[in-house]
Order: sequence, then structure tokens, then C-alpha cells
Amino acid sequence: MATTFYAALENLRTTRVWKSIFRRGPAITNRTRSVAVFGNLFLHWLPVKVREKSLRVRAAYYLGSLSLLLFLLLVVTGVFLMFYYHPAAPKAYHDMKDLRFVVSNGVFLRNMHRIGAHLMVLLVFAHMFHVFYRGGYKPPHEFNWVVGVVLLLVTLFLSYTGYLLPWDQLAFWAVTVGTNIISAMPIIGNKIRFVALGGNIVGENALLRFYVLHVVILPLLAFLLIGVHFWRVQKDGGLTVRSKDDDGKD
Amino acid sequence: MEKTKIESGFSSDAKKEPRRIVFITRNTSAKVKDERGPKLMTYPHLLVREAIVFEVLIIVMVLIALFWDAPLEQLANPLLTPNPAKAPWYFLGLQELLHFFPPFVAGILIPTLVLLALIVIPYFHVNVEGKPLWGEQASKRLGILLGVTIALLILLAVVDAWTIIVPTVLVAVLLMASYQSKATSGWMGALRTKPLSWWVMTWFVATAVCLTVVGTFFRGPGWSWVWPWGTHAG
Repeated sequence: MATTFYAALENLRTTRVWKSIFRRGPAITNRTRSVAVFGNLFLHWLPVKVREKSLRVRAAYYLGSLSLLLFLLLVVTGVFLMFYYHPAAPKAYHDMKDLRFVVSNGVFLRNMHRIGAHLMVLLVFAHMFHVFYRGGYKPPHEFNWVVGVVLLLVTLFLSYTGYLLPWDQLAFWAVTVGTNIISAMPIIGNKIRFVALGGNIVGENALLRFYVLHVVILPLLAFLLIGVHFWRVQKDGGLTVRSKDDDGKD
Repeated sequence: MEKTKIESGFSSDAKKEPRRIVFITRNTSAKVKDERGPKLMTYPHLLVREAIVFEVLIIVMVLIALFWDAPLEQLANPLLTPNPAKAPWYFLGLQELLHFFPPFVAGILIPTLVLLALIVIPYFHVNVEGKPLWGEQASKRLGILLGVTIALLILLAVVDAWTIIVPTVLVAVLLMASYQSKATSGWMGALRTKPLSWWVMTWFVATAVCLTVVGTFFRGPGWSWVWPWGTHAG
């Protein structure tokens, strides 16, 4: 059974339709395997070859990959949530109730998005500290470290803007506490807070602004910077591999 | 062979007769030792691993999502302030700082300085090779570090910021222990090979974790100390 399945798959890969889609036949030689990466829009920012050492779990614990995967998962679950959500007070809160009591698997959908958001913040922090302790910021990776710091900020803002959207007491007061801190900035503090909230208090305007930031501006920025971040890993010569990594110890 | 002059049009800074010197030494080759090991094809080796990691991630998340529900409290009410009103967990370290320092210092100055410090790390070309802190001039370095630490602790004691004092003292004790120790193996031996940057970052991580954990689990009404298993109505 398994052999016939694989044989069928192999046959499929030699068909004209397959070749027209993937621009190549079966990836069985190093050349076609290279083409599989750089000839594919969604993979071309990866290097064609990777160091065997940087594939080991201890090299990075896949923290960077996990952060990217969480981001993609959050985009998917976030788009589904958008089908059920109105960024208006108090309708937003009633949408949350609907997700819990009316929408099929609405609770599960919201849980996945919430867990993913917390996990992503946690893993992006872990990723940064791990890169620091490995010396991954050292030349020629200096600028990519800076891009990473900005990505950490974008992640925090993404999470924080999303925090307001359920429009419950938890969301409202968390954002009130946070944005009050901006007022402590000398001279321009109150103005910045006014721009961020679209008013002097956390109200309907703030909800709409945070929504637009959360679903359009910040995700686009994240997409862009993640692209730069991965592309630079490849251009700067791959992940940092230390000679110490030989025995599998730190 | 006769020398032929290369005509350089216009005015040129190029030397008329460049000297070329080549050293040919014996028993050397241009081969460079690469200690970074062999390479594998991204397709399939990396992509298969990524797929497995993604599947494990999804399984773990689904399991959590089945047994834990995202919180949803009452409808937002600007007239009803909960006590304490808490920011999301990743900002609770800052909120804990607000308890000790004025808003400008805790909310603006310290986060800005931390951010700037993170950004300039790779451009700070001090000790790129990561030489151990306790190499040359060890006793002088210990003196300076202890001086800075004690000054910091006095400042923190003035504002009663003991959630920063505790991790600072812990890291300082480890620092002094590694200075005293003669170990060459084990965790203490590993500690003795660490550069200054490692110690600074470890102090920062220890403090940030302590502040965040205390802010998340141990702070109740009026930002007073509570136990997470206590029965307060916060």
C-alpha cells in the first residue's frame, strides 16, 4: 500500500501539471533540491544549504522558527476572529459573548489566538536572550540584531493593541494603566497619548485605533521586518555556529 | 621584455610603475580550516524539521486551548476601577517599577535606556572575543564591580525596591563566588569563563523576571503583597 502510494506520488511529480506548478520535476538531485528552495517564492529567502550544526535542537531550540510560525498562526486565527468582530463599543464585548455562546468552536478559536499571542511574546523574548548568550549579535550580524529588537517592539505592540479589543474590564483598565504612563513623558506626553487614544480617555476612538493598528498596520510592519530578518540571516552567512558546538555542549 | 607604459588619460593619481610583491613561502596552502562543519540541503533537511516543529507547536496549543479559556470579564466600565488595575503580564515588570520610582523614571526613562542598550549591544566593540571577566586585572575589576553594585544597592534601598535588590544580591553573590572559586570544570568552572557582558545581561534578565513574576502573581489591592494562593478578592 505504502509503496504504491509513493510510486503514485513519484509519478505525479513527473507530470507536466506538477512541473508547470513547481517549475521542476522531483527534487532528488542537489540541483533540483536547490531549485526547490530558491525557485520557490515562499522559500527563496532561505539559504539553499544549512550547517548541520545549526540544525541541532540545542543550537537555537527553533525559537526563531517558532516565533514565525506563531505569527502565521495568529494571522490565520485573527482573520477568522475578524469575521465575528465589530470594533465598536459596546458591540465588541457582545461579539466576545457570541464567540463564547453562539459561534461554533468560537471559544476554541479565541483561546488559540490568546494563547498564541502570549506564547509569541514569551518566545520572542526567549529568542532574543538566547541569541545574546550565543553571541549571535556579533559581526556580521549586527544590523539583524537591531531588526530583531524592533521586531520585539512590534510584537509587544501587536499584543498590547489586541489586549484592548475584547472591551471588557480587564482590557479597558490594562490599556488605561499603560497609556497613562505615556503622559509622564515631558512636554509631548499628553499629545502622544491623545494621538494614540484618539481622545483623552480610552473610549470608542481608542478601540477603533487599536483595532486598525492591530489588524493592518502592525501586522504589515511585522511581515516586512520578518522578511528582512530572515533575508539578512541568509545574506550574513547563516546562523552563528560556534566551534564549541562540536561536542554538543554549550 | 621591454616595459610598456600604460597610458593613463587625463590626470591620474595612479603610480606609473606599480610594484608588485609576492611572497612565496613553503609548506603553506591557501586552504582555510572551517570549523563550522558540513552543510546539508535545506530541502529536505531543514524543511522537514520545521514541519515537525510546527506540528508539535499546534498540538501543544490545541491541548492548552481545550483546557484553558481566554479570560472575559464584565463589560468595560470607566466608572468602576478594579483594584489593582494591571497591565498585560509583559508590562508588569514596569508596573512594579512604578511602585518604586516616579512615573517618568519607571515608565519613560528606564524603558528607553533599556531599549537603547539593547540596540547598541552589537556596536559596542569591547571584548568581541568574549574573554573571561576574571582574566587580567581580576582584583581591580572586582573592586570596580563591587563599588558599582554597592552604590546601586544603596540607591535601591533608599526607594525600598527590594524586588530589584534580591536578584541583584543573588547575581552579586554568584559573581563573588566565581571570583573566589578555583574550579575549572562543572557549572562554577563554566561561570568563571563568562565575560562581563554575560554578567550584565544575566543581572538584567534576573531582575526583569523577578519584577514580572512579583507583579503578576504577588501583587494585590493597592499593589500590596499577596500570595497567589490567598483568598483576596482582587
